[in-house]
Amino acid sequence: MDFTIVAYAIPFLLTGAKTTLVISVFGVGLGLPFGILLALARTSRNRLVCKAADAYCAVFRGTPMLVQIFVIYYGLGQVGFVRANPVIWWLIGDGLHAAILAVLLNTGAYTAEIFRTALLSLPRGLIEAAQACGMSPWIISRRIKFPLALRQALPSYSSEVAIIIKESSLASTIAVLEITGWAKRLMSETFAIMDIFIITSAFYLTLNVVGLTALKLLERQLWFERRSTRRKATSLCPS
Amino acid sequence: MFETFSSLIVEQGWGLALLRGAFVTICIGFVGMVIGLIAAVPFAIARWQRVPVLSQMVDVYSIVVRGVPGLLVIYLLFFGSVDWVQKVAVAFGYRDMAESAYPSIIGILAIATISCAYSVEVMRGALEAVPQGLLEAAKSLALPPRIAFFRITLPLALRLALGGVNNVWQMTIKDTSLVSIVGMQELMRMAAIAAGITRSPLLFYCIAASLFFAMTTVSQTLFGLAERHINHGFSGG
Repeated sequence: MDFTIVAYAIPFLLTGAKTTLVISVFGVGLGLPFGILLALARTSRNRLVCKAADAYCAVFRGTPMLVQIFVIYYGLGQVGFVRANPVIWWLIGDGLHAAILAVLLNTGAYTAEIFRTALLSLPRGLIEAAQACGMSPWIISRRIKFPLALRQALPSYSSEVAIIIKESSLASTIAVLEITGWAKRLMSETFAIMDIFIITSAFYLTLNVVGLTALKLLERQLWFERRSTRRKATSLCPS
Repeated sequence: MFETFSSLIVEQGWGLALLRGAFVTICIGFVGMVIGLIAAVPFAIARWQRVPVLSQMVDVYSIVVRGVPGLLVIYLLFFGSVDWVQKVAVAFGYRDMAESAYPSIIGILAIATISCAYSVEVMRGALEAVPQGLLEAAKSLALPPRIAFFRITLPLALRLALGGVNNVWQMTIKDTSLVSIVGMQELMRMAAIAAGITRSPLLFYCIAASLFFAMTTVSQTLFGLAERHINHGFSGG
C-alpha cells in the first residue's frame, strides 16, 4: 500500500464522512419516529389507514432505493407545482435534502416492518392486564406496548442502521459527495483502486462499528432496567 | 396527457426498450444470484467446519462486502479490472468482443460478489441449524461422511435456507439497479436514457419503479409457493 495515496485520500474521505454522517443521522433521527408511526398505522383498526400504510411499505420495500432517489430528485423536480411551492422545493431541489428525504422514506418502510412484527409479538396477557387495570388505550401504548416493542425491535433495528449507512452512498448518484462519491473520484484520479477501496471500507466499517456499538449500549441499558425491575418485583413479594 | 403518454411509450418505442431492460435486469440478477449461491456453498462449509485459514478469509470477505455499500464494490470491480481486461483482451486479440461484453460480465460478477457474501451467512446459518441428532443418527448408521453430507445435511440445510435465500434474492434484484451507474444497459439505465431524451424523468422512473415492484412481488409469491411446497410434511416448519 502506498502511504502517500493514503495521506492524500484521507482528508477528502473525511469530508465525505461528514456528509454520510449527516444523511445517516437524519435518516435514523427522523426515520425512526416515522417508521414507528407507520407501524402504528399498519396495526391500527382503521382499515383505510392500515391499507394505505401497507401499500406504502410494500412499494418502498419492493423497489430499489436508486429508483426512489431518482424519482424524488429528477422526477418530482420536473413537476411545476413542486417547483412553485417553496417548502417542497427546498426539500427536493437540493441534492443533499433530496438524499435525506429518500433515505428517510425508504428506511421508514423497513423500520415499520420491524416495529410491526415487534408490536404483533407482544404477549396478549400483558395488554389484557393493562386493560383490566383500567388504563386508557393511549396509556397502554405509551407505557406497556411501546417500551416492550422497542426492546423487542432494537436488535433488528441495529442492522437497519447499518443499512442506512450503506444506503446513504446512493446520494453520490445525485452529485452529493459523500464517502462513496469521493472514493469514486479518488479512484479515477489516482488509479490506486485497491488502496482507495481498502481505506474507504475502513471508513464504512468504522461508522458501522460506532453505530452498532451505540445501539448495543442502548440495548443493554434497556435490559438492565428490566432486570432491576424484576429484582424489585421479587423483593416486594418474597413469597 | 394520455396522448403524450401513449406516444412516448408506444410510438417512440420506449415501452419496449424498458421491457427489454427489465429482461436484462432479471437475467443479470438471476445469473449473479446463482453464481453467488454456488460459490457460497463451499465457503459456508469452510466456515461451518472452521477450516483454519479459509474460514477467516471467508469471514473477512463477508464482513467487508456486507459492511460497505454495493456501489463501492461495483466501483472496485469496474475500475479495478478495466486495465487488466484490456491487456488480456488485446493479448488474445479479442478487443472488440471484450469492449462489448465487458460491462455485462463485470456487472454479473459484481452482483455475484455481493449476493455471495450474504448467501454465505444464510447457508452457514442453515448448516448450523440442522439438528445435531440427525447427524449423529447418520454417523451411527455408519454412513460415510460424504454421503451423510450430501444426503442428509445439505438437503435439510437447503430447506432451512430457503427463507434467507428469498431475502438475498430480493436484495439482489434491487442491487442490479446499481450496475446501471457504470453503464450497463438494464432497466434503470434504459429509464435514465429515456428520461434524458424525452425530458420526462418522472414518468420513466415511475415506470421503472413499477417494473421493479412487479418483479419483486412476483418472485415473492413464487418463493412463497416454493416454501409451502418444500415444507410439505414438516409440521409448523
